[in-house]
Order: sequence, then C-alpha cells, then structure tokens
Amino acid sequence: MEFHQQTLTELSAALAAGETTSRALAEHFIARFKAFDGDLNTLVTETFEQALADADAADQRRASGQSLGPLDGLPFAHKDIFCTKGVKTTCGSKMLDNFISPYDATVVEKLKAAGMVCLGKTNMDEFAMGSSNETSYFGEVKNPWNHSKVPGGSSGGSAAAVGARLVPATTGTDTGGSIRQPAAFCGITGIKPTYGRVSRYGMIAFASSLDQAGVFAASAEDAALMLQAMSGFDERDSTSIERPVDDLVSGLGESIEGKTIGLPKQFFDDGLEVPVRNAVNKAIKVFKSLGAEVKGIDLPNIGLSVPVYYVVAPAEASANLSRFDGVRYGHRCDNPADLTDLYKRTRAEGFGDEVKRRIMMGTYALSSGYYDAYYIKAQKIRRLIRDDFLKAFEEVDLIAGPTTPGLPFGLGEQTDDPVTMYLNDIFTIGVNLAGLPGMSIPAGMEAGLPIGLQLVGKHFAEAELLNAAHQYQQKTDWHKQLPAAYQ
Amino acid sequence: MSLDSDAVKNIAHLARIAVSEEDLQTYAKDLSNILDMVDQMNAVDVAGVERLSNALDQTQRLRADVVTESNQRDELQACAPQTEQGLFLVPRVIE
Repeated sequence: MEFHQQTLTELSAALAAGETTSRALAEHFIARFKAFDGDLNTLVTETFEQALADADAADQRRASGQSLGPLDGLPFAHKDIFCTKGVKTTCGSKMLDNFISPYDATVVEKLKAAGMVCLGKTNMDEFAMGSSNETSYFGEVKNPWNHSKVPGGSSGGSAAAVGARLVPATTGTDTGGSIRQPAAFCGITGIKPTYGRVSRYGMIAFASSLDQAGVFAASAEDAALMLQAMSGFDERDSTSIERPVDDLVSGLGESIEGKTIGLPKQFFDDGLEVPVRNAVNKAIKVFKSLGAEVKGIDLPNIGLSVPVYYVVAPAEASANLSRFDGVRYGHRCDNPADLTDLYKRTRAEGFGDEVKRRIMMGTYALSSGYYDAYYIKAQKIRRLIRDDFLKAFEEVDLIAGPTTPGLPFGLGEQTDDPVTMYLNDIFTIGVNLAGLPGMSIPAGMEAGLPIGLQLVGKHFAEAELLNAAHQYQQKTDWHKQLPAAYQ
Repeated sequence: MSLDSDAVKNIAHLARIAVSEEDLQTYAKDLSNILDMVDQMNAVDVAGVERLSNALDQTQRLRADVVTESNQRDELQACAPQTEQGLFLVPRVIE
C-alpha cells in the first residue's frame, strides 16, 4: 500500500518498525502536493525544504533511539491561521499577505515538540469567516470529490488536503462549524474539542469566546493521536482550561454498549435533505448494533443558534480585528492623508467583503443604543442554548445528528446571499455556543459526494467522543473511501 | 430591522472602513438581511436569564504582575510597515 492509502496511525507504526523513513514520507506527500495542488489550491504557502530537513532530523533521532514519540517524523499541514515563526501567516487575507510571524502559536510549538513535519500552511476563508472557502484572498479551494463543489469552510484547505490524501492530517479551527462542516464535505474525520482544551495563543482570533483548534484526519484514531499532542493547559491563553488531558488514544476500543445517544428532534426537521437524513439514520442503526441505546431529545432553543451566533461572533470579531490598523504589521495603504485615512483605506483595501460585512455587523451590534437589544440579548439566549444541551446530557452520553443540512454545494452557488451561506452551519453553531466537543465522521455517499455524521459530547468528553467514532469506524468503511482521482 | 445608506456610512466610520458611495447600498441590503435573520431573537423572553460570555462559566484567570516577555522589539518590528529608531511611524497627528 502506498503511504497516502495508510492512516497516520499506520504510518506511525511503520516508522517505529523501521519499515520506512520520515524522509520517504515527506517526499511522497510533497510529490502529491506538487501533482495535485495546482487544481485543488489547498496550500497558501509550502514549506517543503524545511519539511525535508525536519524529516531528516526525525530520522536521525529515531536512529539514535531518541524518538520523540508516535508523531515524530509524521507529515501534516497547518491551517494558515496558526502563527508560524519565520513563515508567512496570512489567515487567508490580503491584510496579512506580507506577514511573517515572529513567533509560534502554542499548537505549532506543541506539534514541533512532538516531532511532526509541517509541509505547509493551508488555504482558508478569510479570517475564518465563511462556510465554503470562497472568501479566501488566495482563491477558492476545490472539493476533491468533485471539483465543481466547495470543500466547505472555513478550514477548506485543511479538509480538502486530507480528503485528497495530499497529507495524512491537518490542523483546523472551528468557531461555528469550520472543522466539522468541511470534514463532512470532504469525507474525512474532524474534531473540535471542548472550548479551552487547546490553546488559542498564536491562533489568529476571530470570535474569542467560540474559537477552538482541532484536527482533520482519515480516522478517529488518527485524530486522537494528534489531538492528544495539541491539548493541554497554556498560561498564555486566558481561557485555557487548567485540567489534565485524558488519554485519548488508549481508551479507543472500549465498548459503547449501554451508552445512550440522544437525537435532537430539531436536527431532523423538514430542512434536512433526504440523502443526509437517510445516511444519519443508517449510522444510528450501526450505533444500535454496537449496543448503544437511542432516544429523542429536545433542544428547544437550538433554532436560535444562527441568529445568536451572528451577533456574538461579529461583535467579537469587530473588536479582535480592530488590531489590523496598518501601523504595526500587515497591509498599509499608500500615502495616507492623516491617521483616520490610514485606518480607513488600509482596512478597506486589506479586508474582503465578508470580513467587512461582519466587522460592520459587529460594530453595529455593539454600538450605543443597540448593545442591549443585540449583544446582551444574544448572550442571554446563548445561556438558554447551552443549558438545553446540559439538560439533555443529564439523560444521554452523546448527541448525534447531521453535520450539515445538505450535500456539498456548487462553487459560486451561495456567494450572492450571505444569510443563505450562514444557514449551512445550522447544526454546528450551537455546539460552539455551548463550548462542547464535536466531531464529524464520514457516514455515507450520495451522487459521489460524502455525507457527515455529527457527534457531540459532554464538556471534556473528547475521549468518549473519539471512542464512539472509532467504534463506528470499526463497523463501517466510509472513512476509508478516497475520491477516484486521488487513490 | 433595516439599515439605510446613511446608517451604514456611520457604522463604516465607527469601524474605520472606507466604503464607496456605490457600495453603501449593497452593504445596507446585506446587513439588513442579516438583521432580519437576527431579529428572530425578538421572539424569546429572556427575563431573569443571566448573560453567558464563557460557555464553561469560567472567569478570566489572573497572573502575577511580573515581566514575562524579553525585549524583542527588533523582531516584532521587522514586519511593521514603517518604523524609525524603534518607533512605529504614522501620519502626523499633532500639528
């Protein structure tokens, strides 16, 4: 079997057994990027030369008995939202097209410390604002299953790169669905852990109370391996959780017999496309066959997730993105007449339409006279949504449902109407508002396009969530399917 | 809730984003559509409900007030658009 037909876990074992080298892996996946990325456009910046040097260093460590562990020498790519020292970090924006980060994000540090070999920085919706990767300054990413379809967003490059196995795993971030929705659209496994589980330090901020880093990989087992290395308390992130990280890998393999899976009735209403509904129902049968019990649950306020999110997230974004002022880093307009002109033209030139729309939406929601009606009200409803989940979790261990309301849509199909685009995240956003861990795993195909099953766990229950996904993947092979052109 | 061009012009000024006259209409339409969607919140009675700003009800951790960063001015200014003698340059503010 070729390297790209193997999982991260299998490649790790092959390295440990001395059956291959980190250099051979890096060369194989670099060759895949060179062969296929001209079409897919998953990378904004390649770091192949550094990757080969890092791979050689990993091989030397292993040869001298100094291996850093199971991830040492394995190739991956970072979403271009993570600051990487000495490497361009754009966040998909013209604003940061010239930004060479002077420091590493905590996630970058941790994966370096684990010995992982970074092949490049992946394309994304500008400042992670989008559900189709079409707002990137660096051009759209194509869905590896069908080049006329979107890969989802905002982590579209990370998802498509793993979907086409140009690399075995990537990092991503999820503010309202930006890992789970593209994982569903690209037929791969994606996990967003509990809010605060992975450090946000050096992860360019969009909506700080919602942003959370996670992983894309070919299987739950692979995602567990990588998330383990990324997780943990970081004093440089003021909302990082001071709590030990569970062992995510060794718990895989536990039976889920007797576990209760909740199905929110609101996730199965008329808006759900039939192929997605059928795939999710089939997946639930698989869980039943594994001994899980299933019961309907009620999340009465979940329908308000999208309205609440489009107040909270833009409000936080408008504050976070005020740092892009043309003074300290990033784009600056030519010949500013005065300081206000410098700010206004720098931001007009550096930001794309969707980012400007959200900054203005957030500015409005926070402005005098509207703050109570929008921002405070949204925060109150956010509590109702969170409490609905907590109440449901008194009776169930996991929640399951669709990741997306439909199949991957066409490039350009939804760009005219922002609100239509926003509704793509109708099933994922509530999980961010509640700070819960969530996953999407492949659960079916329709018309050659993948369908995702969403699983949501209790706060800090990443191990249980990953195990449930792993058990499902022992009984199904949706996660093993590759697009024909990339086999 | 719908916004007109004048309202958008004011918001754009608050956000320090230059918006051309012809784009004001487009933003007014898009933002009004978003606000129409957001107005679904009006149907909810939130009397007695506390705000939630952190999903885990965490408060911000404080750290000791000690210096933790070393001086990296040159590295940090390497990506600045315009600096001089360790200072960021901007258009003249005070005549």
